[in-house]
Amino acid sequence: MSDAPIVQMTGITKDFTGVRALDGVDFTLRRGEIHAVMGENGAGKSTLIKVLTGVHDPDAGRILLDGEPVRFHSPGQAQAGGISTVYQEVNLTDNLSVAENLLAGREPRLGPFINFRAMRRKAKALLDEIGIDLNVAAPLSSYSIAMQQLVAIARAIDIDAKVLILDEPTSSLDRDEVAVLMRVMRSLAERGTAMVFISHFLDQVYEICDRMTVLRNGTLIGEWAVSELPESELIGHMLGREVQTLGALEHRAARHRPDDDVLVSARGLGRKGSVSPFDLDIRPGEVVGLAGLLGSGRTETARLIAGADRADSGALEFRGERLRGHNPRTASARGIGFCPENRKTEGLVGDLTVAENMILAMQAARGWARTVPPARRDALVAEFIEKLDIRPADPDLPVKNLSGGNQQKVLLARWMLIEPRLLILDEPTRGIDVGAKADIQRLVNELSEDGMAVLFISAELEEVTRLSDRIAVLRDRELIDILHQESDMTTDRIVETIVEKGGDK
Amino acid sequence: MSTTVTERPSRTTLFDGLGRYIPIGVTVALLIVMYLGGIAAFPRFSSPQVIASLFIDNAALLIIAVGMTFVILSGGIDLSVGSMMAFSTMSIAALTVDLGVPAEVAVAAVLAFGTLSGLFTGAVIHYFNVQPFIATLAGLFLYRGLTLQLSDHDVSMRDIAFFDWGMLRMDFAGGQRDGGFSLPNISFIALAVVIVAFIVLHYTRFGRGVYAVGGSESSALLMGLPVARTKVGVYAVSGFCAALGGVVAAYYTKSANPLAGVGLELDAIAAVVIGGTILTGGTGFVLGTVAGVMVMGLLTTLIAFQGDLSSWWARIVVGVLLLAFILLQRFLSRSGEKRRT
Ligand SMILES: Nc1ncnc2c1ncn2[C@@H]1O[C@H](COP(=O)(O)OP(=O)(O)OP(=O)(O)O)[C@@H](O)[C@H]1O
Ligand SMILES: [Mg+2]
Repeated sequence: MSDAPIVQMTGITKDFTGVRALDGVDFTLRRGEIHAVMGENGAGKSTLIKVLTGVHDPDAGRILLDGEPVRFHSPGQAQAGGISTVYQEVNLTDNLSVAENLLAGREPRLGPFINFRAMRRKAKALLDEIGIDLNVAAPLSSYSIAMQQLVAIARAIDIDAKVLILDEPTSSLDRDEVAVLMRVMRSLAERGTAMVFISHFLDQVYEICDRMTVLRNGTLIGEWAVSELPESELIGHMLGREVQTLGALEHRAARHRPDDDVLVSARGLGRKGSVSPFDLDIRPGEVVGLAGLLGSGRTETARLIAGADRADSGALEFRGERLRGHNPRTASARGIGFCPENRKTEGLVGDLTVAENMILAMQAARGWARTVPPARRDALVAEFIEKLDIRPADPDLPVKNLSGGNQQKVLLARWMLIEPRLLILDEPTRGIDVGAKADIQRLVNELSEDGMAVLFISAELEEVTRLSDRIAVLRDRELIDILHQESDMTTDRIVETIVEKGGDK
Repeated sequence: MSTTVTERPSRTTLFDGLGRYIPIGVTVALLIVMYLGGIAAFPRFSSPQVIASLFIDNAALLIIAVGMTFVILSGGIDLSVGSMMAFSTMSIAALTVDLGVPAEVAVAAVLAFGTLSGLFTGAVIHYFNVQPFIATLAGLFLYRGLTLQLSDHDVSMRDIAFFDWGMLRMDFAGGQRDGGFSLPNISFIALAVVIVAFIVLHYTRFGRGVYAVGGSESSALLMGLPVARTKVGVYAVSGFCAALGGVVAAYYTKSANPLAGVGLELDAIAAVVIGGTILTGGTGFVLGTVAGVMVMGLLTTLIAFQGDLSSWWARIVVGVLLLAFILLQRFLSRSGEKRRT
């Protein structure tokens, strides 16, 4: 009985105009198991989930839920059928409050009317369960992407479902939150909930999952028990080639000597309620990492330097000149490129093509009257599609049709191709597969060797230590230390710094 | 490290919550300024009947604007309401005068038709993925044409006893003679519509769904909300309100004019926007719409009191106000995006 599959998908095929996203894929999910779906960016993982939950209709194939054939036509129906999903992009409405987002469609009612007090109480309890404390009456838009991701998870968990699907739920979470999520997942598994877990963090997959299904280019490669498939073999299956890149990935970037003149210098730069005043210098050819926990002010620090937020204290100098009225437009004119973390609301224009999205920043820097010559444009776009391995490699595809990871690559390309003096990357490798991650890290390395300064933010401390020449450590919205010794560039050292320096609280 | 890190939002959430109330606050302030200005300039302006009249002369507009608020909050638009209103009034006339149908039955039939027509438009918009602008533009032409087909000249209502009920007045604070004011039944109909709309929008799942769909339709869909029902529902609400507006117009004029309500859809949209609802959907209040209608009504009143200004000035000022409010919304949503980290 307990071995009977709860979900069985057979021969699933899904064509989008011109692209076959899934080609005869089989997928089996058993009761109480945590099942990983693995694959490169664009392999078809999200599409498989969307076919199962009624977002897309499959072109061929059968879906059995609990042994019964089903065909959902909307996520609402899938939910009613017992499948609760967190989709890859945070899908909540940020004009509503946190509580409403958590409970939309299931609000506690008195007669026909929503009982707001009970709703807030229930929302609080839900968030308590996963250990976060938000003002549930505040609009969702007042919280960061990471918090929104947690809210989306809390919402999905609350729906009492037979099947819980999490499509890259941890992409912007820190280890503490991930640990909490895993605890919740384990307790759900004990209660018999079957779960699908998609992530590009292999360590998380190995820690929590029982089985995995590997997809490549829309086809099924196979299904394994996690314990039977070592990491290197998994990567081989995912990429379809043996990977030497991973070895190269381990070596650190900090070989080059940064020049002595300072490119950016922040003195007492701060913003009330956002980041306390800090000092930071960035030199040409240097990669400075920003490390800290969720909500420690990493993004806010970057936004101050990028001019996306206005500082209310201190001064910022760029190439020796004090910046006044610093804003994203003047910043990009000066050669500061800022690639924000939230690609959905701040980055990409879904209906524009890949090429148009990539060229946006360059076009803006030139002013609207002077268009980029088509030949140059095509050459640049082709170059970066290749360098970042954007798939499908078609510059004329609307960007919203790309997989999550490939959208992220387009956003990166936009800023890399204007060759800024300072490139600020906020979580550039979020949602990007292992192979492409190595490519991006190599590219960052290359660019900095050519003299570009890089400010690099990542929740993955290993990545920060691997790439950075110096690491600024933040805690509680305060820059507490700058690590610059070779020997200090370790994950443990960062964690120690965070714990020690803030230990009195 | 052992405890979970909790993020404090990087600014006070209090302000963030209040940001939503800025546009409606501006509208209310504008109302007060206009009212006080009117009192200062014209002694008779201070009579409470001036305000009461706003709810008499604009009862139909108010009802229609409330329906429009639903549609705009969901991210759509309904251009057919003016024609639908005229068609409803004319249908009542045709049914009662030409066919001798009892007035009660005619009113019920018209209301049912308005709702069904809205349902149909909504279904076309949702299931065939037609732009709301286009789908309802078709309604605008269709119902105006049908109205003119029924009659190309004014038709007076017959069943005067029935239609008198709408303008029966109730006195407050001693009535107009003793410095109070009086309101006819059509004003109560309009106020009832406002109250019901307020409750539906704020306290029911349907209402919250309207906000969610307006915030992001694709998110609402992925959250498992009944997007289809919500989107079709708002057009049904708007269709019902337009038909009810026609009924109220029948009470108000006791006649049917085939060219009544030409451009009324634009007045309704203007009132909604001046009332602080954002045209792209998701943010706004039905009470804001009431304020928006009052601003527009008060403008006309002021110009009437002034005496020698042409009534087109009301239009000019509405145009300027609209521009100002759209700019204000743009500014607010910009600064909202900026604060989001
Ligand atoms: N709505 C759509 N229209 C057209 N093509 C699409 C659409 N959605 C996905 N695709 C294509 O289908 C393929 C599979 O995409 P999918 O989103 O399933 O990838 P994924 O495995 O989830 O990748 P990632 O790890 O980057 O999230 C991609 O080639 C993508 O471009
Ligand atoms: Mg995906």
